[in-house]
Amino acid sequence: MKKVITLQIDDKEVKAEEGITILEAAQHAGVEIPTLCWYEGLEPYGACRFCSVEIEKRGRAQVVASCCYPAEEGLKVKTRSPKIVKIRKIIIELAATSAGEDVSSKMRALASEYNADLSRFRSKAPLSPTKCILCGLCVRRCIEANWESAIGFIGRGIYRCIALFPEKAGLCSTCSYCRDVCPTGRTCSTFGPRPPFPRVDDVLAGRK
Amino acid sequence: MGTVKCIRSPKDLEKLREEIKSKRKPSKSSVSVCVSTGCVALDASKVKEAFIAELEKQGLKDQVEIKETGCLGFCEQGPRVTIYPEEICYFKVKPEDAPEIVSKSILEKKVVERLLYKDPATGKGVQKLEDIPFYKYQRRLLLENNAKIDPKNIEDYIALGGYSALAKVLFEMTPEQVVEEVKKSKLRGRGGGGFPTGLKWETTRNAPGEPKYVIVNCDEGDPGAFMDRSLMEGNPHSVLEGLIIGAYAIGANEGFVYVREEYPIAVENISTAIRQAEEYGLLGEDIIGSSLSLRVKVHKGAGAFVSGESSALMTAIEGKVGEPRPKYVHTAVKGLWDKPSLLNNVKTWASIPLIVLKGAEWFRSIGTQGNSGTMIFSLVGKVNNTGLVEVPMGITLRDLIFKIGGGIRDGKKFKAVQIGGPSGGFIPEQHLDIPVDYDELVKVGSMMGSGGMVVMDEDTCMVDVARYFVDFLLEESCGKCIPCREGLRVLSSILSDICAGKGKSEDIQTTEEIAETMREALLCALGRTAANPVLTSLKYFRDEWEQHIIEKRCPANVCKALIDFYINPEKCQACLLCLKECPAGAIQGDKDQVHWIDQEKCIKCGTCYEICNFQAVKKLSGEPIPPPPKGMKPIRKLKGEN
Ligand SMILES: Cc1cc2nc3c(=O)[nH]c(=O)nc-3n(C[C@H](O)[C@H](O)[C@H](O)COP(=O)(O)O)c2cc1C
Ligand code: SF4
Ligand code: SF4
Ligand code: FES
Repeated sequence: MKKVITLQIDDKEVKAEEGITILEAAQHAGVEIPTLCWYEGLEPYGACRFCSVEIEKRGRAQVVASCCYPAEEGLKVKTRSPKIVKIRKIIIELAATSAGEDVSSKMRALASEYNADLSRFRSKAPLSPTKCILCGLCVRRCIEANWESAIGFIGRGIYRCIALFPEKAGLCSTCSYCRDVCPTGRTCSTFGPRPPFPRVDDVLAGRK
Repeated sequence: MGTVKCIRSPKDLEKLREEIKSKRKPSKSSVSVCVSTGCVALDASKVKEAFIAELEKQGLKDQVEIKETGCLGFCEQGPRVTIYPEEICYFKVKPEDAPEIVSKSILEKKVVERLLYKDPATGKGVQKLEDIPFYKYQRRLLLENNAKIDPKNIEDYIALGGYSALAKVLFEMTPEQVVEEVKKSKLRGRGGGGFPTGLKWETTRNAPGEPKYVIVNCDEGDPGAFMDRSLMEGNPHSVLEGLIIGAYAIGANEGFVYVREEYPIAVENISTAIRQAEEYGLLGEDIIGSSLSLRVKVHKGAGAFVSGESSALMTAIEGKVGEPRPKYVHTAVKGLWDKPSLLNNVKTWASIPLIVLKGAEWFRSIGTQGNSGTMIFSLVGKVNNTGLVEVPMGITLRDLIFKIGGGIRDGKKFKAVQIGGPSGGFIPEQHLDIPVDYDELVKVGSMMGSGGMVVMDEDTCMVDVARYFVDFLLEESCGKCIPCREGLRVLSSILSDICAGKGKSEDIQTTEEIAETMREALLCALGRTAANPVLTSLKYFRDEWEQHIIEKRCPANVCKALIDFYINPEKCQACLLCLKECPAGAIQGDKDQVHWIDQEKCIKCGTCYEICNFQAVKKLSGEPIPPPPKGMKPIRKLKGEN
């Protein structure tokens, strides 16, 4: 039997099993925290920071990613404080920078919820934006489905992008699980000055 | 090699130390040549060769010893050569100086004046290191032995008392006592965060899980920083001894030294140190005859700046891409392969033997309350003396920059100092009297970081330099988190627009919003501190931003798009120099005729500005360029000439 702990989420007393995250505890308690890079059953990744919440621990306030932070006894969590709302607005605006004009309906809905202007940073976007926000869901889904990753990240900083490793892509024709999890609606590859690998899009499209 | 080689007890160690010492006559002359990266880049190896040849030639090969030692930090004055036992320090030594030094200093015991460091204040040569202003105000606990030790020879380290701290710990203290001593010393991690070291040791010791690991962080990805490299190159055994003590304290049997690949001498010297320590029974099985066993491996890291972050570094040792982990669990509890792992910076480890030998009390007496011991900075930028400086915590920035650094170059005015590496904040004149410690630096928007310290003068544009650091981090961030990757991308774009004269009035607010989000919401400390340069630039130099955005001028005359080059007709001597050198052919004029710049053709490369011998070329920003002279205008001779 796992230990049960009590924490406070938005003034609500919540009981949770020790070892789960704030996000999971909130979901069980019916408090919704928006996410971009989280997917039930996949390893949390902590990349979009959209699930940020404010916590208070031993009198100190802190912003943490709720999908990764463990629910702890006595923790006070605020999921929608003014600070958090502001952070989410900026994050969705930033996410839209590289995603281009054709953003998914999920992102569009979130944008209107947080009063975000999706085109705010469009002029700062890379030359050829793609829909990919590099949430890494496809990569994690692929590892889970196939024990091996046919897709992965290459490059770092702003040159980071998703690539297909052709020598491992044998299963792709029958799998394509990655496409089901992509929050932008379609697994796609991305920009960057050094795409030595074929575009995931093209490869998947060719196999349809 | 001594007769005792494999040390099986503290007695053996002392016996060996006595043997080494008795073999060495303190009156014997020796020439110590720095062979660290800085001096080697200035041809120190050739200097060493020249001394070997010269001693041979003069038949002194057996009387005089040549020692290859580590860095003393005053690298811009290298190559450095010290003559013992007189301790005469020569700087900027060339191979052709070897005969004179050997004949004069070694044979006649005289000083070669011209190779001494000249005190800029008095103009006199200074013979002893501690009398040079650069060193006078330093407190060299960690770097002191760099000049006395051949890092490839463990006996040098042992002769100076090396490994007696380890022996003391193993035979006179329990692991708990060691942890307690480190806690009492109030040592804080020198890798940047300033986390209390004793507390971290205790957490790792008490964390459940086996095996446990001890790890040295010598990633040092901060451009221009080389303090960890110098220690690793110059005194690797001090780091290793600290590491072994740590292993005893927390109960680890395996250790790693993570060194960046670009540090080949450091890799070589620590590898040699590990091998020699094993040979001598100071590492491996049953260390000094105790029950402690420890194996240490060197891991060469090839990652970005972010690989120095604790969880990223451990991921890299595991053989994966070095990216920070998203878990909110300290690596002291779940680190390498999810086991309790004690990671400390090179300087932190090297402080441990000193604390054990001299006691926590003694260590706390150096520095200030809550910030004990010393910190090594790499002082660079527009100061007169650049190099590595080791100072007690709590020294003021003013003393550091003006007493040790010798003030600003060329009599210019101080503008700001950036501390803590690429994501450190800029500190302006008004805060120069704060004591340098972890907490005070954070209060003014900067941080201790790795100890990089870049001094900027009045010719630095604070918008441009903020842009520079954003652009650096843009490529060094791992790119995982949206606000870090996209935030830096947008900041970079906004900043280059402002520098290009295309800034908009809303840019300042946008910049602040993004910077705040990054500071609050990011996963690792790189992302959370990445906006420090931007935020402090805005906080202390907001007027400069406004001048760029609203008045379209760069007050420091740096941003190319906002400045124009102009030849002052009063000063021009029509020497034809700039006219010939201008790559764009933009300069008009003739012999005896005042030169002027065709603004349409000027590409603002600054060549004319650099080469004019009469300071006739000026940079103008935000003011109209006076029209070129009509027709040809004869020059006016400088005063005093006819
Ligand atoms: C982006 C980034 C880079 C870092 N680079 C280094 C480094 O090069 N060397 C280092 O010792 N610590 C570095 N750190 C700090 C480490 O994460 C860690 O705190 C430190 O090695 C712990 O040792 P200490 O307690 O002795 O300071 C870095 C941290 C971050 C966020
Ligand atoms: S392709 Fe889709 S699922 Fe994969 S990282 Fe990009 S946005 Fe996420
Ligand atoms: S904050 Fe930046 S450097 Fe740190 S993990 Fe996220 S993307 Fe990587
Ligand atoms: S959902 Fe938590 S960081 Fe993306």
